[in-house]
Amino acid sequence: MLDLSKYQSIGEALKDALDQFANEVCLIEADREREKERLTYREFKARAHPLAKALQDAGFTADDRASIIMTNQPKWLISAYAIFFAGGTLVPLDYKLTPEEQWQLLRHSGASVLITEYPIWRQLSTSAARAAATKLQTVLITEAPPNADLAGARRWEEFRGEGEPLFVPRGRKDTACVVYSSGTGGRPKGCMMTHENYLEQCVALISIFPFWPGVRYLSILPTNHAIDFMVGFFGPFTCGAAVVQLRTLRPEFVREAFPKYKITYVSLVPLVLKNLQKGLQARFDALSPGKRKVFNALVAINKAFTKSRPRPGISRRLLKQVHQAFGGELRTIFVGGAFTEPQTLQFFYDLGIPVANGYGLTEAGTAITVNDLKPFRADTVGKPLPGMEVRILNPAPDGVGEVSVRSKTVMSAYLNEPELTAETIVDGWLMTGDLGRFDETGHLQLSGRKKNMIVTEEGKNIYPEDIETAFESLPVKEFCVFAANYIWPKRSMVGERLVLVLHLEQGQLLSDQLRHDINARNNRLLNYKRIHGIVLLDEDFPRTASLKIKRNALAERVAHRDNATAVLPL
Amino acid sequence: MRTLEQTTQEVLDLAASHFHVPAGSLAPGDDFFKKLGIDSLQTLEMLSRLENHFGIELPDYEVQGVSDFKTLAERIQSRL
Repeated sequence: MLDLSKYQSIGEALKDALDQFANEVCLIEADREREKERLTYREFKARAHPLAKALQDAGFTADDRASIIMTNQPKWLISAYAIFFAGGTLVPLDYKLTPEEQWQLLRHSGASVLITEYPIWRQLSTSAARAAATKLQTVLITEAPPNADLAGARRWEEFRGEGEPLFVPRGRKDTACVVYSSGTGGRPKGCMMTHENYLEQCVALISIFPFWPGVRYLSILPTNHAIDFMVGFFGPFTCGAAVVQLRTLRPEFVREAFPKYKITYVSLVPLVLKNLQKGLQARFDALSPGKRKVFNALVAINKAFTKSRPRPGISRRLLKQVHQAFGGELRTIFVGGAFTEPQTLQFFYDLGIPVANGYGLTEAGTAITVNDLKPFRADTVGKPLPGMEVRILNPAPDGVGEVSVRSKTVMSAYLNEPELTAETIVDGWLMTGDLGRFDETGHLQLSGRKKNMIVTEEGKNIYPEDIETAFESLPVKEFCVFAANYIWPKRSMVGERLVLVLHLEQGQLLSDQLRHDINARNNRLLNYKRIHGIVLLDEDFPRTASLKIKRNALAERVAHRDNATAVLPL
Repeated sequence: MRTLEQTTQEVLDLAASHFHVPAGSLAPGDDFFKKLGIDSLQTLEMLSRLENHFGIELPDYEVQGVSDFKTLAERIQSRL
C-alpha cells in the first residue's frame, strides 16, 4: 500500500499508484455472465490521460466541478481520475434519481462538466429541467450508438487530447468531492469532502481490512455512494488491488460473480445481504434430514472455533460447499448504508463468513465505527475507527444520547449552506442525529434517531421535506410529511416508514377521490420514497412568524395520538 | 409478433405465477411494488423470468424507475 501520509490529494496518490502497480489488474468489467473488459493500472492510465488532457484543453482547471452520473463501470473510475488529475472537484450523483432531481443537483453543484451514459442522457436531455443547469458547458456521454442524437453532448470515447496532460496539485484541505447526502426535493445537502477526508479514512479502513495486489473487490453498490467510492475505488487502487464491476444487479449474476472472480471483499446494503441469506436458507432447508443433521453439526463446530475471532481456514474446510459458492476466497462482507438486523449478521458469521457491519454517514467520510470481529458482536455496530473521536451527548440514565463525531474525515461544510453547516458541525463536532450508547467494551449500539428521516434497507436516506413537493397543491388545508419514528420514537432502526399528516378543510372528508389523488402522487415518487400511511389532525399546524411549519411542535401534537390507530393505510 | 396487449397479459400472468397471487388479480396499471409488496431485488428476479419467457435481454437501465406492469410491458415490447 502507498504511504498515504505523504500525499496531499487523491489525484496525487492515484497518480503514483498507477505507476507503482502498472502491471497489476485494476479493473474487470462484467455484464451478466460476459466479461467485457480487463484493465491493468498501465492501461487505466493510458485511458485516463487523454481524457484529462481534453478536459484541460476545454478550459477545465483547478476547483472546476465535474459531475459523473453513471452505473458502475470502468469509465466511471477513469473519468474520476482524469478529473482529479486536472485538479477538479468531483460531483458524483446517483444514477437512480429522476432526471429532474439530477438537474436540480447539477445546478446546485455548479458543475461545468457532466459525464454520463447514453441511456441516462436520453432522459436528462429531454427533461424540461435541463435549462436550469446554466453553468454546464460540456456533456460527455459514453456508449452512444453510431447514429444517436447526442442532443448537444459529445462522445466520451472521442473526447481525447493530444499529448500529456499537466498534473494539477491540490492541498489536503481543498475540496475533492461534493457528495449529496440528500436534498433532492428541498434543501440540497452537498457535503464538501476534502482530500484529507479521503486520505485519512482510507488509512483507517485499510488498517483493519487490508488490500493488496491480487485482492478482488466486487463493486455492486453505486460508486457515487461513499462506501463504494472508498472500498471500490480509492482504497483498492492505492494498494494495487483489483475491482470487479458488474453492470447488472440481478441476484443470479451477483451470486455467479463470487466463484467466477474469486472475490475477496464485497460491500452490500442490508437488503441484498438478506436476499443472500434467504437464498442460502432455502438451500439448507432443502437438505435431506440426514444431511441437515451433519450440516448443523458442522455449523456448531465452526461456531465453537470462531467464538473469539474469524478463522477462515477452518471455516472453509468445515463448510466447504457454502464457501465454494462464494468462491472460496471471500474474507469479509462489508455491510453498510443502513442498519442491519443482528440475526442476519449472526447467520453469516455462524457459517464462517464474517460480515463487518459498521456505522457511518456521508458527512463523516464514510465509516465512523466498524465491527473489527475480535470478537464478533452482532448486537453492535463496532468500535470507532482509528482517528475517530465519538461521544454521546446528553445521555439518558441508560446511556443513550446523540452520537457526535470529531475526526479528520468529517466534511468541511455543506455547499452554499452556512446555517445548515453551523447546525450540523458544532465546535468541530459533527452532530449525527442518531441515538446510541457505548457498552462496557467500547462498542457502539445504535437505538434510533433524533432527526426526522429514515434510511431504507437499500441504504437510501430519505428526508420527509424532500418528498413534500410531490404533495404540493394537494386539496387539503395543510399537510406535512414525517418519519413515523420521529413522531413516535422507538428504539429501533429497521422498518422505518414515512407518514403524511393531513389537516383537512372544515367539513372535508378523506374521500375516495382524495385518497386517489394522494396515491397517484405517491406512486410518482420512486418506490423507496413513498409514504406508508396517513394521519389526520383536526387542528391548525403550529407555524413560525414566517409561516413555516414548526415540525418539532407539530410532531409533539401528533404524538399524543395512539400510533397503532392514528396511521390510516393508503 | 405479439401485440402490446398480448405482451401485457403475458407479463401479468407470469408475475401472478411468480409471486403466487391469483391469476387475474393484477391489472396493467397496477404498481407492482405496492400491489405485490415486493422490493427492488424481487423485481429484478421477476425481470429475469420475463427475459427467459420472451427470449430477450432487458438491461437494468431500461427498467430504471418503472413501477407499473403497463410500462414494463411497453419496454419489453420495444425489444421483441
